Order: sequence, then C-alpha cells, then structure tokens
Amino acid sequence: MTAMLNIRSLNAYYGQVQALHGLEFALNEGSVTTLLGANGAGKTTTLRAICNMVRTTGAIEFDGALLSGRSTENIVRLGIAHVPQGRGTFTTLTVEENLQLGAITRRDKAGVVSDIERMYAHFPVLKQRYTQQAGTLSGGEQQMLAVARALMLRPRLMLLDEPSFGLAPLIVRDLFKILGKINREEKVTILVVEQNAQLALEIADQAYVIETGRIVMSGNAAEIANNEDVRKSYLGY
Amino acid sequence: MELFTNQILAGISTGAIYACMALAVVMIYQAIEHLNFAQGEMAMFSTFISWQLMQWGVPYWAAFVLTLGISFAGGIAIERLLFKPLAKAPILTNVAGFIALYAILNSFAGLIWDFTIKQYPTPFGSSPFLGSQLISTHQAGMIGVTVLLLVLLYLFFQFTRVGLAMRAAASVPESARLVGINTSWMIALGWGMAAAIGSIAGMMIAPVVFLEPNMMLGVLIYGFAAAVLGGLTSPFGAVIGGFLVGIFENLAGTYIPGVGNELKLPIALALIITVLVVKPAGLFGRPIVKRV
Repeated sequence: MTAMLNIRSLNAYYGQVQALHGLEFALNEGSVTTLLGANGAGKTTTLRAICNMVRTTGAIEFDGALLSGRSTENIVRLGIAHVPQGRGTFTTLTVEENLQLGAITRRDKAGVVSDIERMYAHFPVLKQRYTQQAGTLSGGEQQMLAVARALMLRPRLMLLDEPSFGLAPLIVRDLFKILGKINREEKVTILVVEQNAQLALEIADQAYVIETGRIVMSGNAAEIANNEDVRKSYLGY
Repeated sequence: MELFTNQILAGISTGAIYACMALAVVMIYQAIEHLNFAQGEMAMFSTFISWQLMQWGVPYWAAFVLTLGISFAGGIAIERLLFKPLAKAPILTNVAGFIALYAILNSFAGLIWDFTIKQYPTPFGSSPFLGSQLISTHQAGMIGVTVLLLVLLYLFFQFTRVGLAMRAAASVPESARLVGINTSWMIALGWGMAAAIGSIAGMMIAPVVFLEPNMMLGVLIYGFAAAVLGGLTSPFGAVIGGFLVGIFENLAGTYIPGVGNELKLPIALALIITVLVVKPAGLFGRPIVKRV
C-alpha cells in the first residue's frame, strides 16, 4: 500500500499561538485512520491544516503533490471532502440543494442525479425531507446530510471532524456502520477525528494519538486499543 | 377614489425602482455584510454611460444592454480593486471605502458630463397607458422591466449552478469553500450583478428625475429604507419593501398635510429609524446571530 496523504513536520498557527508542533503521519490509500486526543490537542487543527484553513509550515503531500499554497476550494477539487465540526449545514437551503452543492464541482449531470438517489438509499431520512430547509433537521439528520454532502464530491479522501458530536448513541452506531460501508464499497480513504475513541478504533485500521499538537503514539487500531495508557486516558477502563 | 388609485399605481412604479436599488444593496450586503453607500452613484454613473452611448448615436435598447455589460464589469472591477483588499479590514475602513467611492464617482461624473440637468429619453413614451389617465406608459414600462428582471433573477438563483453556488457562499462561506466554491469570485459576481441591477434602476428613473450627478441620492435613501423594511438578509423582502415604500411615499405626500416633495426624504429616514427600532430584522429578514 502506498501513502495517499503524507504529512511531514507540520506546524500550524492561530495568530501568534502555535497549535501543531512538527506533526508527522501518513494515510494509506483505502484505509480508515483515526486521530485521537483530548480537547485542544490539535485534532481539528490538523484537518483544517490539510484543507489550508489555518496558517501552516511544513509539507502536506496528497498523491505526491504538495498542497501548500493551494486555496481551500482547489484542495477540495482534488477529491478531498471535509465534514467540518458543527456539520457546516447550509441551513437556509433545502436538503436536496445541500446535496447538489456537494457535487457543485462535478460536470457529469447524470452522475450527480444518480448519486443523489444513492445518498437517499444510504440515508432514507434525507429522502423524506428533501424539500425541507436543512436547518430544520435534527442534529443526527444534519450529520448524515453532512456526510452525504461530502460523498457527493465522489471524494478519494474524506476528513471527518467529530461526526459523533451531540448525537444519540444509537445514531452514532448507525453513522459509523455507514462510514465503514462507504470505506469498503466506495474505496474512500477516511481520516476521522473523534472523542468517542472506542467507536473510532472499531472501524479504524490505523490510529494516531495526539497531545498538545504532537503525535505521541501511533500503530494499528487494535494495538492502540489494547494499549494501557490509551485505555486509561481515552477509553475509560 | 381616482386620486387614491392613481397614487397607488404611481407608488408601485417608483416602488419598482426602489425595489431594484434595495435588491442591489441587499446583494452586496449578503456577500460582504456592509451597506454599499455608493450604490446610487454607481447607478448614476452607469446611467451617464448609457446617455453618452446614445449621444454617440447608439439606439436606446442597444445602449441599455451595453450599459448592463459595462456596469457588470465595472462592479466586478470595483470589488477586485477596492473591496477585496478591504475584506478583513474593520467596518469603519469599509465605510470609508464606500464614501471614497461615492465621492470619486460623483465628482468624475461632474467632471466628465458637468452638473447641468439633462433630459433622458424613455423608450416607452409618456402618453397615458392604454388610454387610461391613471398611469403613463413610462410608469407601466418601469413596472414591466422590474418584474421581468425579478423573474429572471429568481430563475437564475433557483435553477442554475452559479445561482446555487452564490446562495451557498452567502449562506455559509466556510462550507461553500469546503464543497469547492470559489467564494471570493462569488462576491465579485454579486458586485457585478448589483451594479447591473442598479444601472437598470438608474436608466428607468432618469426620465423622471432627470440626469445629473446627484440624481440617485433620494432614490438610494428610499432604496435603503426598502431594504431595511424588507430585511437586509432577504432579497425577497427587499423587493416587497421597495414597492411598499414607493406606495407609502406617494400616499404620505398626497394625504398628510404639509408633506410635499420637500419632506419626502425625511419620511424615508423616519421609516428607516422606525423599522430599526421596532423590528430590526425587517419584515422578512432573520436576525443575524453570531456565534462567539
């Protein structure tokens, strides 16, 4: 397997404050990778850095091409879909318009139409509500809409920022099941940032633990799940 | 009764112009969350350009279309040169930018075309409309052009990719970038369209108020009143606000003793203040909530 995304000595800054300190990690094509860590560790910043939404130094390579210097929208056009924290719903637009927007960079009209149907098959609740303003959806429905919107890009890499945040446990289970299915069936590489470490480790192949802007541990997901420190700090047993 | 109907219809026809100005103001407000104080001067300058084209012998409708194109390009140029660099600047810096633009356009119009009042042609004629004494053909034409414009804009925003992308960029800019929309160009496009819409308002009202560098001052204030009344976050509200303000202006001028042409502007300002005090989001707007 080759590394699809390769991050080397990545620093990120908010004004004068440095949030990431020499981060290094790689994602294999077709894998699910999770980034674990406490609040403020730099998980969200890492995802934002990949899409050039914070000031960074260091190297981020996607398929061998450097991402630095490209605008967010151009990075997205390479096939990197980002489901942001808080879901980023276009609240004043309808559910279907949200899905169309996910595919706004695509030119194949017929493909887009059939993909919208595919999303409705993945997430039947969206089909029931397709003419509704997206802001009227519940949190769980909006999260599904956000995932569906990201998939409409036909991404090669999907970045998910705390998809379980604020959702009922049952809905979270469903969502992760769907994410696993998307990874297997559509060959989408996934990088997921999660506070719900247990769930994330279940679907992940690879895991990294991040603390105060540095990677402190890495390995395959099963290994990390069995690690004493990780169990105590993140899994709670 | 005939006076009343007459005033309502006249109100609707000037209201159509206010609706255009309000719509232009709202389009830019949606894109950058600032009020474009120079919107009227942009429209005035466009109107002068169309007049100049006609002086050079270009027929009315050709000049009309050419002016739309020039205004569109001009709006984009203004955004790229002046307001894109100010995007992250504080609000007062932007206000200064708008006032500068206002002054520059006003004085350049005076310099090029001087301040004497000029006649401006109407393509519709000014005879009574369909033989009725209630409304002139030019007034009917103003309403017709505005309604056509509104329908086209509605179709554009509702059914085209670019329209959808512009709505998305105005709704949640960060998410718009994350689906691959170049939000910076969407803002420029908004400026171009606002300038073009304003130029229509200018060319339609010029036969009524006559052509001179200060012709749009009153119209813009009524446009602001319309936008505030309808809600600065709602293009639909801006249009309704435009018609309401037009009718209100005419009725107040006719029926409230002492309010002649002289007090028409203070009425618009009083309306702005009343709406801001009583219902700041306007009739159709939503309150702007910022997460902190």
